[in-house]
Amino acid sequence: MNFWEFLSARRDQLLTDTYQHASAVFQCMVVATVLGVLIGALTYRNERAAQIAIGSTVTILTVPSYALLGLLIPILGLGVAPTVTALVLYALLPIVRNSIVGLRGVDPSLVEAGRGIGMSRLARLVKVELPIAWPSIMTGIRVSTQMSMGILAIAAYASGPGLGNEIFNGISSLGSANALNQVLAGTLGIVVLALLFDAALALIGRLTTSRGIRG
Amino acid sequence: MADAEPDQPTASGAHEAAGAHEATGAPGAKEAAAGAHAATGAHGVTGATIELEELTKIYPGTSQPAVDAISMEINAGETVMLVGPSGSGKSTTLKMINRLIEPTSGRIKIAGEDVTGLDPVKLRRRIGYSIQSSGLFPHMTVAQNIGQVPKMIGWSRSRIKNRVEEMLDLVGLDPREFHDRYPRQLSGGQQQRVGVARALAADPPVLLMDEPFGAVDPITRDHLQDELIRLQRELHKTIVFVTHDFDEAIKLGDRIAVLRERSVIAQFDTPEAILTNPTDDFVSGFVGAGAALKRLNLTRVRDVSAAEVPVFSVDDPLERIFSHLREHGGSELLLLDRRRRPYKWLRRSDLTRARGSLARVGSLVTHTVGREATLRDALEAVLTDSGGRVAITGRHGQYEGVVDMETLMNSVHELLEADRLTAIEHRHDLERLQAADTAARLEGGTQTPGGQE
Repeated sequence: MNFWEFLSARRDQLLTDTYQHASAVFQCMVVATVLGVLIGALTYRNERAAQIAIGSTVTILTVPSYALLGLLIPILGLGVAPTVTALVLYALLPIVRNSIVGLRGVDPSLVEAGRGIGMSRLARLVKVELPIAWPSIMTGIRVSTQMSMGILAIAAYASGPGLGNEIFNGISSLGSANALNQVLAGTLGIVVLALLFDAALALIGRLTTSRGIRG
Repeated sequence: MADAEPDQPTASGAHEAAGAHEATGAPGAKEAAAGAHAATGAHGVTGATIELEELTKIYPGTSQPAVDAISMEINAGETVMLVGPSGSGKSTTLKMINRLIEPTSGRIKIAGEDVTGLDPVKLRRRIGYSIQSSGLFPHMTVAQNIGQVPKMIGWSRSRIKNRVEEMLDLVGLDPREFHDRYPRQLSGGQQQRVGVARALAADPPVLLMDEPFGAVDPITRDHLQDELIRLQRELHKTIVFVTHDFDEAIKLGDRIAVLRERSVIAQFDTPEAILTNPTDDFVSGFVGAGAALKRLNLTRVRDVSAAEVPVFSVDDPLERIFSHLREHGGSELLLLDRRRRPYKWLRRSDLTRARGSLARVGSLVTHTVGREATLRDALEAVLTDSGGRVAITGRHGQYEGVVDMETLMNSVHELLEADRLTAIEHRHDLERLQAADTAARLEGGTQTPGGQE
């Protein structure tokens, strides 16, 4: 059975895995974006708080994903729960860091202008600072998404969803007829998904960034 | 509109000077009586009085105050310039008025109301604020920038839309062209105009300007200053304007407060008085050399009597023009075109070369000055003109008169003489006041103010 025959024979299973992979990454990214921007917005004005936020997200990222899942399984069990938790934690760093960098990069005179015309603290954040920092935050989201694509593959170890299962099964049955095809299908699927997501995010970034600050 | 200026004289949308609002009433009237310069308060004032009482700012960790107990009364509709060297705390003083910087002690009253304890966010929506390099939000269109404050105080969409158009028009930008542009698509001068439009959008009675024209090139700055003068003549806001440029202060201010360190007022008076009668070396140092020349900036061509030259129209029969030239030997005449705009200067020597047509003779009019130009501009024009005279033009470039060296010299002498008299009078007034004051303090004292020598 060559690779193409394998693909058509296993079509349904592969499509389900692909869909689940995409869906998991998407949902985790939504959660990570909300959390990451929130953490960034809460900490960027305080040097110490920002250091702690960046420092702790860096620390999380240095833990090998395999090990993190292993640590989460005793607490959260198998399946979706540890997968989502791990993915969100890993995705935080680029978003938090880019949020802080972006928010700090806003020209202070603009913030002062906002104060001067009577904007409240929240209004300044929502109407001035976040929109101007948005391109930087968006870059963080893109990096995080790419990273999550790969990390989710390892989540199959914790019985998580997605194309990781193909790779995992393939590796565990190496030497059998379709082992290589399985690994190949899973890997290529992830690569294609990653490219599609990145293109979509680039488009979203363009649409959600004001024409006045677009590069 | 819920929380917008509950007790200001500026009602909804009534920014037009046409609505003949009187000044705010009691406090304004009191100051007008006491004030040195209440001329602007006469008609259509939409501004409010500002009183600073012993306003002080001490930054934490410093022993010296940045602003030391400044007190100041600003009349409704008046433009007051705060000038001083850098570090004189003029900007800090300004920012305390809208509480961008919280005063350590002292009080601020706007239109008689103590605003020192108000919610600063709400206070700032009632005070226009315009800063250096405009402070426009780069991610918002021009219209969104201008509509920001009206939106925050809850105006309806359609009202904001109309207001934005009105404001763009007011600052001299075509609404159709600029409405949807982003700040980076504008020149520095245009950005600054939009900045002023944003500051005025919610029709605040008070406008604070913090070196708004500091970052634009000199020509644009001159232009923007002229625009501000025009705007203020229409709107009669109370403007507090910070600058380190004394010439700008002279040009724009009804009164100028020269500040020394810690925002101590060295002199607070009209530009004329400061130029002709600086109180001390600090002020005269700041006024700089050439006070007489600067005095020229304060007077406009329309205020001096223009010289007359014989004028003819291009439609007049050549015979009459020629005979005039023949009879009045030395003098020139000015030829106007069909719309009465200055066209050519003719003199007797041109006569011989004319040969029945005026097409090839005379010198074309290249420079003219408007009635609104300052005497300094006029002097510049006269000095550079080969004939030493320049035509004054009014509406649509029509001829109104001529200004030459002699007119200028005469008016400058008159001006300086008048200033000297006012200054002397002023000093007498002060002495009389001080005498009255001493008399009042010496309780039961019998001497009268008149008895002072």
